[in-house]
Amino acid sequence: MAHTAAPHGGHGPNDHGHHDDHHDHESIKVLGFWMFLITDVILFGTLFATFSVLHNSTNGGPTPHEMFEMPGVIAETFILLTSSFTSGLAVLFMHKGNKKGLIGWLIVTALLGASFIFLEVSEFLKMVDEGVKISTSGYWSSFFTLVGTHGLHVSVGLVWMIALMIQIGKRGINPVTKRKVTIISLYWHFLDVVWIFVLTVVYLMGVM
Amino acid sequence: MFKDFMDFMLNDFFITGDPLILGAQVSIGLSMVAIVIALTYFKKWRWLWTEWLTTVDHKKIGIMYVIAALLMLFRGGVDALLIRTQLALPNLEFLHAGHYNAIFTTHGVIMILFMAMPLMFGLFNIVVPLQIGARDVAYPYLNSLSFWLFFFGAMLFNVSFVIGGSPDAGWLAYPPLSELSGSPGLGQDFYIWGIQISGIGSLASGINFVVTILKMRAPGMKLMQMPMFTWSVLSSSITIMFAFPILTVTLFLLFIDRYLGAHFFTLDGGGNPMMYINLIWMWGHPEVYIVILPAFGVFSDVVSTFSKKKLFGYKSMVFALMSISFFSFFTWAHHFFTMGSGADVNAFFAITTMLIAIPTGVKVFNWLFTMFRGRITFTQPMLWTLAFIPCFVVGGMTGVMLSVAPADFQFHNSYFLIAHFHQVLIGGVVFGYFAGLYYWWPKMFGFKLHDGLGKWAFWLWNIGFYVCFMPQYALGLMGMTRRFNEYNFDMGWQPLNVVSTIGAFIMGLAFIFQVWQIAHSIKFLKKEKSGDAWGDGRTLEWSIPSPAPMYNFARLPEVSSSDAWWEEKQRLANGGEPKPLAPLEPIHMPRNSGIPFIMSVFFFIAGFGFVWHWTWMLVPGLIGVGCCLLARSFDYDTDYYIPVDEIERTEAALKGVR
Repeated sequence: MAHTAAPHGGHGPNDHGHHDDHHDHESIKVLGFWMFLITDVILFGTLFATFSVLHNSTNGGPTPHEMFEMPGVIAETFILLTSSFTSGLAVLFMHKGNKKGLIGWLIVTALLGASFIFLEVSEFLKMVDEGVKISTSGYWSSFFTLVGTHGLHVSVGLVWMIALMIQIGKRGINPVTKRKVTIISLYWHFLDVVWIFVLTVVYLMGVM
Repeated sequence: MFKDFMDFMLNDFFITGDPLILGAQVSIGLSMVAIVIALTYFKKWRWLWTEWLTTVDHKKIGIMYVIAALLMLFRGGVDALLIRTQLALPNLEFLHAGHYNAIFTTHGVIMILFMAMPLMFGLFNIVVPLQIGARDVAYPYLNSLSFWLFFFGAMLFNVSFVIGGSPDAGWLAYPPLSELSGSPGLGQDFYIWGIQISGIGSLASGINFVVTILKMRAPGMKLMQMPMFTWSVLSSSITIMFAFPILTVTLFLLFIDRYLGAHFFTLDGGGNPMMYINLIWMWGHPEVYIVILPAFGVFSDVVSTFSKKKLFGYKSMVFALMSISFFSFFTWAHHFFTMGSGADVNAFFAITTMLIAIPTGVKVFNWLFTMFRGRITFTQPMLWTLAFIPCFVVGGMTGVMLSVAPADFQFHNSYFLIAHFHQVLIGGVVFGYFAGLYYWWPKMFGFKLHDGLGKWAFWLWNIGFYVCFMPQYALGLMGMTRRFNEYNFDMGWQPLNVVSTIGAFIMGLAFIFQVWQIAHSIKFLKKEKSGDAWGDGRTLEWSIPSPAPMYNFARLPEVSSSDAWWEEKQRLANGGEPKPLAPLEPIHMPRNSGIPFIMSVFFFIAGFGFVWHWTWMLVPGLIGVGCCLLARSFDYDTDYYIPVDEIERTEAALKGVR
């Protein structure tokens, strides 16, 4: 065990300068976000399990078959999938160092995300109008909670994305903002994947 | 208007009409006043804020965890003594049924979630970065947030004792009793939000330590060269990552049931109460392994240090830790064999439960073989380790008895079960964390704890433990079940209950000895100067001064074997040349931040608002949390470099101490 100099907390070669040092810290933060995503998978997994257990517990009340209107759901799906694609474009422009392109595609992504939320909220409100609420039966409790949790994730992502656009506008593309965009695009793709499961397990299997 | 307000305060807000609670309210009020006066008189407010409340230093955060855990141990212990007093004199109405329910509920929650967990995180924080040769954890800011979320979650839970009413539906709050229909009071809401808020902190800590261990190790340290305590932290933290999201969801669903009238776990509306019991144990069973695994790590380090030998079976120990983490997720249904899932399901969970005994047995043999032909010194940490082994073996064997599904129909919810889990939790977790505290105390504070008083505490704890819990095995077999406060004299249970209560008070006395021991050791402080307080230290934390400087290692160590510090000492003793010192370089450090503390206060406000259904309070609370998150996101000035001359000055001063 020798005492050698290394000015940072990571391991690897000892002669890192400050610049690489920074890079190291940013990559550790991305790894941490992957870990967070693992925990979020468990969180959604638990909600899906709950939904599956209660999928027949309509208690004699309205069934998903009667309530779901697929055109709106299909529209939501395409909007969210497209937003995942545009967030990918934003990352491509970031790697090219094109600040305008980055912010532009982030704006498109956020607008698509906002329209997704708008459609989802109107769908929920319509259902409440027609008489199904979170307190209607076990099925509807788990429906609103599962789909609502996904929607809440998307909404949080929107606020976060706006905050990031302001930061990029002020500071440009640097290792820190780069890391932040990388993380939010991971988050956005993840929500897309979760939505695929929501579409399949909740909506498609609900109307079948 | 004023009269209405006073009516509300006296009838609903504060709990009134109980002398025990009145006593608590008065003493809480007086001690708060005393703290404020003391801080003002000694002009310590700024010191408190800059040195502690805003710190991101893992060593200080660890110390705060330990202090909070010991306070919670006191409260949980008082709960235990109240329970035992009632059971020794069941017909005296010392605690009426409702009060008794509240006390066994808070005893369980506090001991597991607000005593064992923070004591565990305290040890993680104090030890892991030093053992792996790092300057801090991977995310120091998040680490501080974890602590404050735990702290304010614990406060929210504890405040229910004097404001609003304690939860009283058992430590895991099974529905339908914990639903609005069974528990219309506020206690259950305090339970949900207290645990929820601190649970978010625990989850973040799990992520933090996984990344710390994977990414922050000193140059050259391979995974299979890590100290065993670090391995146990890794296995425990991975288990946290997979288990705690389930708790978050489960409590959230119970909250929606209570707050919005949903039907997840209700008896009507298509709800399914057994689903809650499955979900809560999918978290709850891994949770008990989360707290015991680090204790195994402590014992491994202590045993090899004080036997002056390498740990026997290092690889099998790693394998055992990891396989326990894995299997912990496949045993949950053994908590309710009586639920009626059928023979196949019960057989599956019985077998997985028995499987856990195999890696655990491997560990016991490894510890025994490490001691075999070792030169053992009977220091305080070693005493706790030696007491742990037989205690845990008996507790483990009774666990295997409980895992036999058909037999469990007899043991279920009896005092046999109570004795079993107290034996593994006290004999395993508490003894383990005490061993760890005594072992690393000199590293935390730079002095050892008094030996004589420590031995008194040790023997009283052990005698008290067996006097308290051995009779409970017999009581369980005699048919006594848990969670009732009265029984008739003709049941023949009183003599053993009286013995058990005496044992509990002996453990209470032992705790007083430990407080005395700490006070005495501070008063007659003997500064420990070498850094290697036990002389036999094997791992990197003993290679630096005690307490460690802010940046831990002036030069990051380079590691080429396990037990790196021991190997280096051996090399030097055999005439090896000291390795040349590389020149110092500026050290990159995180800046202190007040945001974690403030954000946790907002979490507390939001939680309190949810409990009371006060929208005017919960909305600002949640907005405050959001603003704190944004404030952090916009802050780019989060770290700095310690210049070389400052490191030189610090190191020179530390050498002077040495």
